[in-house]
Amino acid sequence: MAEPAVPVVVRPFEIIGRRTIELIEVLGRFGSFFLLALVSMVTPPFKTRAFVDRLHYIGYRSLLIIILTGAFTGMVLGLQVSLTLSRFGSEAFLGPAVALSLIRELGPVLAALMVTGRAGSALTAEIGIMRITEQIDALTVMALSPFRYLVTPSILAGIVTFPLMTALFDVVGIFGGYLVGVKLLGLSEGTYFGEMRTFVDLHDVMTGFWKSLSFGAIVTWVATYKGFYVGHGAEGVARATTQAVVLASVLILVWDYFMGSILP
Amino acid sequence: MIKVRGLTKSFGGQPVLRGVDLDVPDGSITVIIGRSGGGKSVFLKHLLGLLRPDSGEVMINGTDITHLGSRAMDEVRQHYGVVFQGGALFDSLTCFDNVAFPLREKTELGPDEIAKRVEQRLEQVGLAGVGAKYPAEISGGMRKRVAIARALVTEPEIVFFDEPTTGLDPVLVNTIHRLILTLHRAYGFTAVMVSHEIPEIFELADTVAMLHEGRIVAVGPPAAIQGSPNPVVQQFIRGEPELKA
Repeated sequence: MAEPAVPVVVRPFEIIGRRTIELIEVLGRFGSFFLLALVSMVTPPFKTRAFVDRLHYIGYRSLLIIILTGAFTGMVLGLQVSLTLSRFGSEAFLGPAVALSLIRELGPVLAALMVTGRAGSALTAEIGIMRITEQIDALTVMALSPFRYLVTPSILAGIVTFPLMTALFDVVGIFGGYLVGVKLLGLSEGTYFGEMRTFVDLHDVMTGFWKSLSFGAIVTWVATYKGFYVGHGAEGVARATTQAVVLASVLILVWDYFMGSILP
Repeated sequence: MIKVRGLTKSFGGQPVLRGVDLDVPDGSITVIIGRSGGGKSVFLKHLLGLLRPDSGEVMINGTDITHLGSRAMDEVRQHYGVVFQGGALFDSLTCFDNVAFPLREKTELGPDEIAKRVEQRLEQVGLAGVGAKYPAEISGGMRKRVAIARALVTEPEIVFFDEPTTGLDPVLVNTIHRLILTLHRAYGFTAVMVSHEIPEIFELADTVAMLHEGRIVAVGPPAAIQGSPNPVVQQFIRGEPELKA
């Protein structure tokens, strides 16, 4: 039986209600997707080969972009912070300023954004194409869980590789700052690294670590989710890939603020 | 034995299946024919447990799979082999690895035994020597044959074919049909096939069922379907265009 027509005055409320229900459904599916991935992480069978493949895909193949962006971020920081500090006669603090900026903030965020652009988008496209070409259905009807082969290894690899890539980004960035501050602008090497040792402690390193670890989970969660529930055809894959990159990038920045406000 | 009773399914209020009844006897080849958009693929997905119906039953060897949880459904799927429309081969694996995949993941067989079985299956589908190639490096017809080899490598009781010859030339269509028939005789599996290939499927099928507007409108041996007085069946098998009022 057809539903009775909704009176005009009630229509806006109906639309708001429908959109709200849709939003709650999507959030529920998004959340249960992650929960299922977490459960698969701690219950056998474990797909070690798939995990190692993902480490290579997300981690190793992002190394060049991490080194490149890390180096230039450090060099820009070295230049700009040095100019700012010179106005206050505090050039000696260039080392800790560069290191703290990178370790606490820029390293985790920029490394995560770079890997989102390179590996996150590729992950969504790959899983999306597997969906539209029925490869995911093929796994399902073989009585094999697509989650264990595609989603769980990716999220686990993200959690493992993001902190490592962030560490690399930080180290390369610090040396980028050193190149500009010490080699180019003439600050003493001992001051650059000595002051860094004085002002940077384990709390700062752990802040960056927890951020990068959570970014790894967020980026791979979003990328695999968008690929898994892709629309139809090539257009669906293209849309899902764009959405994955945009959503992951926004979530990185929002989560960064949240983590920054609760971590010491 | 596959027994389907009163299967209904709607998407967004639009009915696709309106009460499908069908029996598929053990060891037979049943071909489901019907116009595009008539619900054949949706029906097949219900048999595979990829979709849940709004109402009705799908009995596989006495078990109604419409209410099974994922673990119990996986038990049923242990007896399945599926050939998807596009083959659904894993792009990142070679043809050999594609065929070996179910054996490696679902059995305790050693590498030598797996290699032996895979080579044997590839040879049966006429593709000995192409194991090292990736799916992207072989033709559409070869991909379908690799998909058939993969579906049969675990010697399943029931094999589902979703339009296995779509997009192939007439010679390849007959080659694939003959291959399916040969393998069916060799292994005795129950086959459920969705196909558009008229009249070729009449030489292949034990039973033909026509699905039209969400219902089975005719079912029987090929000769009975070819001689069916139902105008919808006759229009379809003759390929006559639909007359608009």
